[in-house]
Amino acid sequence: MDRDSNIYTFLFSAIMVLIVAATLAATATSLQDIQAENVRKEKMQNILETIGVLVEREKAPEIYTKYIIEELALASDGSIDKEIDAFKLKLNLEIKKPIEQQRFPLYLAKVDSLQYYIVPLRGSGLWDAIWGYVALEADKNTIKGAVFDHKGETAGLGAEITQKWFQDRFTGEKIFNNNGKLVGIKVSKTNNDPDGNDKDDNEVDAISGATITGDGVTDMIKERLQNYLSYFNIKNEKIAYIN
Amino acid sequence: MEAYLNLFVKSIFIENMIFAYFLGMCSYLAVSKTVKTAVGLGFAVIFVLAITVPINFLIDTYILKPGALKWIGPEYETVNLSFLSFIMFIAVIASMVQLVEMIVERFSPELYGALGIFLPLIAVNCAILGGSLFMQQKDFSGIAESAVYGLGSGIGWLLAIVAIAAIREKIAYSNVPEPLRGLGITFIITGLMALGFMSFMGIKL
Amino acid sequence: MSKKNNSETKPIIFFLNEEKEPLFSKKNRALLTDPMDDNNPITVQVLGVCSALAITVQLKPAIVMSLSVMVVMAASNVIISLLRDLIPNRIRIIVQLVVVASMVILVDQILRAYAYDVSKELSIFIGLIITNCIVMGRLEAFALGNGVWRSFLDGIGNAAGYGFILIIVAFFRELLGSGNLLGYQVIPDMIYEMGYVNNGLMLLSPMALITVGLYIWFQRSKNRTLIEKN
Repeated sequence: MDRDSNIYTFLFSAIMVLIVAATLAATATSLQDIQAENVRKEKMQNILETIGVLVEREKAPEIYTKYIIEELALASDGSIDKEIDAFKLKLNLEIKKPIEQQRFPLYLAKVDSLQYYIVPLRGSGLWDAIWGYVALEADKNTIKGAVFDHKGETAGLGAEITQKWFQDRFTGEKIFNNNGKLVGIKVSKTNNDPDGNDKDDNEVDAISGATITGDGVTDMIKERLQNYLSYFNIKNEKIAYIN
Repeated sequence: MEAYLNLFVKSIFIENMIFAYFLGMCSYLAVSKTVKTAVGLGFAVIFVLAITVPINFLIDTYILKPGALKWIGPEYETVNLSFLSFIMFIAVIASMVQLVEMIVERFSPELYGALGIFLPLIAVNCAILGGSLFMQQKDFSGIAESAVYGLGSGIGWLLAIVAIAAIREKIAYSNVPEPLRGLGITFIITGLMALGFMSFMGIKL
Repeated sequence: MSKKNNSETKPIIFFLNEEKEPLFSKKNRALLTDPMDDNNPITVQVLGVCSALAITVQLKPAIVMSLSVMVVMAASNVIISLLRDLIPNRIRIIVQLVVVASMVILVDQILRAYAYDVSKELSIFIGLIITNCIVMGRLEAFALGNGVWRSFLDGIGNAAGYGFILIIVAFFRELLGSGNLLGYQVIPDMIYEMGYVNNGLMLLSPMALITVGLYIWFQRSKNRTLIEKN
């Protein structure tokens, strides 16, 4: 058969498409569960990391149940939606919904009788999505720890948000300013405190060359935390979950 | 209307494929020896971008996105085919490029010879795939927006390559040291132009 | 040796038709060494430039990327070379891309299941590998017209040449831009105390362009055959 004839071209394409589709689909479906399991464990590992509990990914589920006591799915008015599994909430989908329809996951943790609130974050960096978790101490103001990740930031620049030295900058910083207003944390190039000694300035030093990714982190912290204000205000009057 | 104009201007100048994202560098550097070939390749890129971005938008909205298949039936809502994005986008792009190659070969054999291997390379031109991937990320509300974006990105690319080609034509008469002549000095000039464009990066329209 | 371009020839016969040359003859060795200098993919063929800018902020990603590209190029060159007499001309670009893309996606999927941490590092690069002009450029220019072993060597050689440039650029960018190499601080504190400051500009892409330009200057001064005549 002539290689350049229509029939041959059509047959070749059809066979190629079949082989490729079959191989990719087979691989994707057979590996799906293992991949999902890896992602699930990593999520637990990240959440634990924000409260200072560092574990290997394989051990994460076991240690997770030890320290994380409650997983809540909140509505925008602060009420708890009991129908939803908070851990399974996908922020990339939630964030596209109008505020009244969004559900905001919140994890309550207790380590050595100290209480923590862990808020998941999601936003955009320079090239693609960025996300993370921030843990607040019982005062709901001081940051215990933060963890960030990204889909496609530049290696060596924006991608550095995953490094401990950047994430450590957030520990001890406050999210409310001295007037009691929620300002979040600004990843700032003009921060006059590069060693992070001033923990009341609501700022951390930015990464050189990663301005837009840094701005993405700033925006995502402020935007997400805002949604939890109602819950935190109500919580003051409610009975504490943790003794 | 204003939103479209906004998007258009943004995609040409502020989110310029070459100077802001450094996509499409290979053809940009290799095909900018004369303004004539640069314009030819630039228009080919505009054509491919303006057509593939909207088509890929449709594919993404109705086939690939999580939940996209619900028009077939409600039980398909959980299907997520986004792992096929790369292949589908590339298949669309490659077909368009094959079409462009046949058109150029037929109507301008001179341009075809001048472009050489860089015509089929439009298919892997990171700017073209980048256009579709950015479109996926930006979540446009309709096909018109994606078309405006595709067109704008292409025009931005054309402007960039014509600019550097014009400069290269002029410096052919300068006393550039021999080893730097041609490719070397082009890299350096592009670097300087990119530095200039960095000033656009933070602008929010 | 008769080169049968008869499309009815079955694949197995290709091996008998290969050039009867020792595996590492001079011609074949040249496939490995030419791309390092004379025919360097980045500085001579002008392919693979985009990733040379994006991946060279630090040395480690540059090395990871170079190795990944080498694997992809070797494999896809071999596959396309095996299929070269079967592919209809009208769809050859699509076929090449589909082969490369499928392979890269397969590798990514497997890594994500069994070597999750490695895959996280590599995920960002996946898109960049598929669109890396070098991969497609060599398929078009070489694998479509040459035997399997030679295509394999060509893939390895070009990837090595590409990696060479990447490592040089990344070396300077990381060293001058952040004082580190492979993440470890290399410039002693003493030098910082004397007033030396990291050149933040080196971390930005425009400087990568200029660094490559300077390397080209250096390369062509030594190898004057590469100088462009107007």
